[in-house]
Amino acid sequence: MVKDLEDVVIRTVSRILVPFIQIYGLYVFVHGHGSPGGGFQGGCIMAASFILLAVAFNLRESKRRLKERTNAIFCALGVFIYAGTGYLSFLYSGNFLDYGQLSNLFPTDPIKARYYGMAMIELGVQITVMAVMVSIFLDLITAGKHEETLEEDRK
Amino acid sequence: MTDLILSNYNYWVYVVLIMIGFYGMMAKNNLMKKLIGMNIFQWSIILFYISIGAKKGGTIPVVDPSLHPVIRALDYVNPLPHVLMLTAIVVGVATTGIALTLLILIYRKYGTLEEDEILEALKK
Amino acid sequence: MNKIAALIVTLIAGGVLFYSTAFFPKWGDPKQPASIHVSPRYIEMTLAETKVPNAVTSVLADYRGYDTMFETSVIFTAGIAVMMLIRRSR
Repeated sequence: MVKDLEDVVIRTVSRILVPFIQIYGLYVFVHGHGSPGGGFQGGCIMAASFILLAVAFNLRESKRRLKERTNAIFCALGVFIYAGTGYLSFLYSGNFLDYGQLSNLFPTDPIKARYYGMAMIELGVQITVMAVMVSIFLDLITAGKHEETLEEDRK
Repeated sequence: MTDLILSNYNYWVYVVLIMIGFYGMMAKNNLMKKLIGMNIFQWSIILFYISIGAKKGGTIPVVDPSLHPVIRALDYVNPLPHVLMLTAIVVGVATTGIALTLLILIYRKYGTLEEDEILEALKK
Repeated sequence: MNKIAALIVTLIAGGVLFYSTAFFPKWGDPKQPASIHVSPRYIEMTLAETKVPNAVTSVLADYRGYDTMFETSVIFTAGIAVMMLIRRSR
């Protein structure tokens, strides 16, 4: 009976905290230009929210919120956004990853276009770091056998 | 002599951490403990580089025109070691993840994680 | 290898490193070689060339953007390698 009471406290608090952790992760990412923060830090904090679900509940809860197929697509989407921004400068006869040429795309001057180019690549970095951290964690704790762990949880 | 000790003691702390990690990698028998030794070694090098970039009386490297109207490099901490060590931390995470995966594979095949038992099983 | 040999090797290596810290610059010196070559340019020009006050983000994403791109691909490769090595189908 004591174990059930322990579980109730942990599960209720985790369920309340997870949206606030994700909002904080997005806050750290967006304020990377003006205060300490950025892509890597925000991605790790957002991954921590899904890892908290897997630790406090069972594996099924974490997989319900972030499906495995979406996770694998996010892994590749981040690198694609980063390299895609670099290639976008090619179209306007600039160097690779030269964000000043993006001023032909956005209605701003070349200095502010560097600001927006940096925000785009930090988004790519954040998506990749979040997906890879969750993927490595879930692979290691189930030792590769995802299906058998899901079946054991059902019992 | 006291001047030498008082001005350089941060490097000594990191050398002690390097020695602890190095001894752990060489002398321990369990593969998991060797991996933890490698991790300690890696983090001490990262901390050593960050401590190189400190400046007396400098603030964080976020340029603030309302605090110092003229931007001089003397008021701000060197940002370059911080940038390089961000990359090093992420590479460390990748290395640790793959090393733990290899440990799981070794355990599946040999049933043990002690180094001498694995070497005996390899000789047969 | 046995523990006494490991301890002796560690102490010798540590002794050499301790001796070499006598030649390092002082902690917090503004004129040490790490802070005088290219780093003052990054701090002074970061608000004028890119309107980003955070010097760490502007160096990471704009002045040294190539390194960050390859480091993102390193973490992506590590995630894929763990997936490939460890998953077992029934």
